[in-house]
Amino acid sequence: MIKTDILIIGAGPTGLFTVFEAGLLKMKCHLIDALAQPGGQCAEIYPKKPIYDIPGFPEILAGELVDNLMNQCKQFEPGFTLGERADKFKKLDDGTFIVTTNKGTKHHAKIIAIAGGLGSFEPRKPILENLQRYEDNGVNYIIKDPQKFKNKSVVIAGGGDSALDWTIYLADICKSVTLVHRRNEFRGALDSVDKVIELKNKNKVNVITPAEIIKLHGKEKLEKLTIKINNDLEKEISTDFFIPLFGLSPKLGPLSEWGLEIEKNAIKVDTFDYQTNIPGIFAIGDINTYKGKLKLILCGFHEATLMCQSAYKILNPGKNLILKYTTVSGVQGFDGTKKEAEKAVVKSINS
Amino acid sequence: MDDISISIKDRKGKIHSVSAPTDMAMNLMELVRSYEIEEEGTIGTCGGMAMCASCQCYILSAHQIKEMEDDEEAMLSEAFFVKDNSRLSCQISITKDLDGLEFEIAPAS
Repeated sequence: MIKTDILIIGAGPTGLFTVFEAGLLKMKCHLIDALAQPGGQCAEIYPKKPIYDIPGFPEILAGELVDNLMNQCKQFEPGFTLGERADKFKKLDDGTFIVTTNKGTKHHAKIIAIAGGLGSFEPRKPILENLQRYEDNGVNYIIKDPQKFKNKSVVIAGGGDSALDWTIYLADICKSVTLVHRRNEFRGALDSVDKVIELKNKNKVNVITPAEIIKLHGKEKLEKLTIKINNDLEKEISTDFFIPLFGLSPKLGPLSEWGLEIEKNAIKVDTFDYQTNIPGIFAIGDINTYKGKLKLILCGFHEATLMCQSAYKILNPGKNLILKYTTVSGVQGFDGTKKEAEKAVVKSINS
Repeated sequence: MDDISISIKDRKGKIHSVSAPTDMAMNLMELVRSYEIEEEGTIGTCGGMAMCASCQCYILSAHQIKEMEDDEEAMLSEAFFVKDNSRLSCQISITKDLDGLEFEIAPAS
């Protein structure tokens, strides 16, 4: 069981900044994120896009902002449970919470801060009859263990980086790899496209474009697919696996069943401290809603800061708290580091 | 007066005739959100970067709309429910020549 003061669900910019603000008040944080790396949308969807409205940064790439936030909070030694989705929560008699992920990892905390952005990123599924029947029975949306596909035949659909990257990777270990895309052009890193062309020329992978999968067949498990080529010719091919890679889309998912008050696909909070209708559970950043809400990173930072004041009072009942300025007090990390302003040199002119 | 009229068919088939400003650098996705025509969180989830296709629409009137750029075309090639008149509404800026435009919001996916 992972124990922490504040359990943050979502490791995007707001979640990462919460670690810093909580750290200033000596509260320890642990973050859960469905993605494999911290940074949320900034890291997953648009790391190379510039952001122009982070105060003090005329222009910063989303990926750089994440790197900076990681750097800023690292002395407070946050813990991470990555690649897992917070699924269930239970409130214990003493008012603390247990949060369990989809992989069964349990976390114990007195405070939960939901900083889940637009929700957890789930694979976008193609619209195909019987798709559900073959899920985990020949159809996979996420490749967790590539060895599962060793010496098997695989059909990948999609035109982005992940479709290209997995085609390249699996070409080495699978019996056959077929990449199917609706267009002749691929949207991915140029060297990945070149590599796939090279593999195709060496007959190591099949590339079928413009084409799409229109039917799945098989009794117990997936056995065959129907591919429609050039919007005309239909062809059946045998395969062990079908891996549709059409990107990710955010879903509120299991959080919507926690008993939180939901409005407009977001969690309603009190603007005093961004607490939800469940005492001890806060919601900050893009995932919350209140009158006048703006989904901006800078608003998430503000909400995180205010939330930490209330969290402190819950964790330290009876203790008074006064806002401290980092310029005055410096920053004392949990790792033993201390950052502080240099003292001004005082020297008399007449001495 | 810098406003134009636009007709939007929502996902349930209801038609909304709205007034759209041409001087606010707004796009059609933002117009839909500003009138709260679809539930927040189901349209424009990437914020308008042509990266999610949640704002896909079908252009119903005969207006000449600026051609797709590569990112829009690529995103639509991976989207669902795509038709010949599909566009990403976040990529279409509201300009005076779009007065009288009619479009339909594609199903959520």
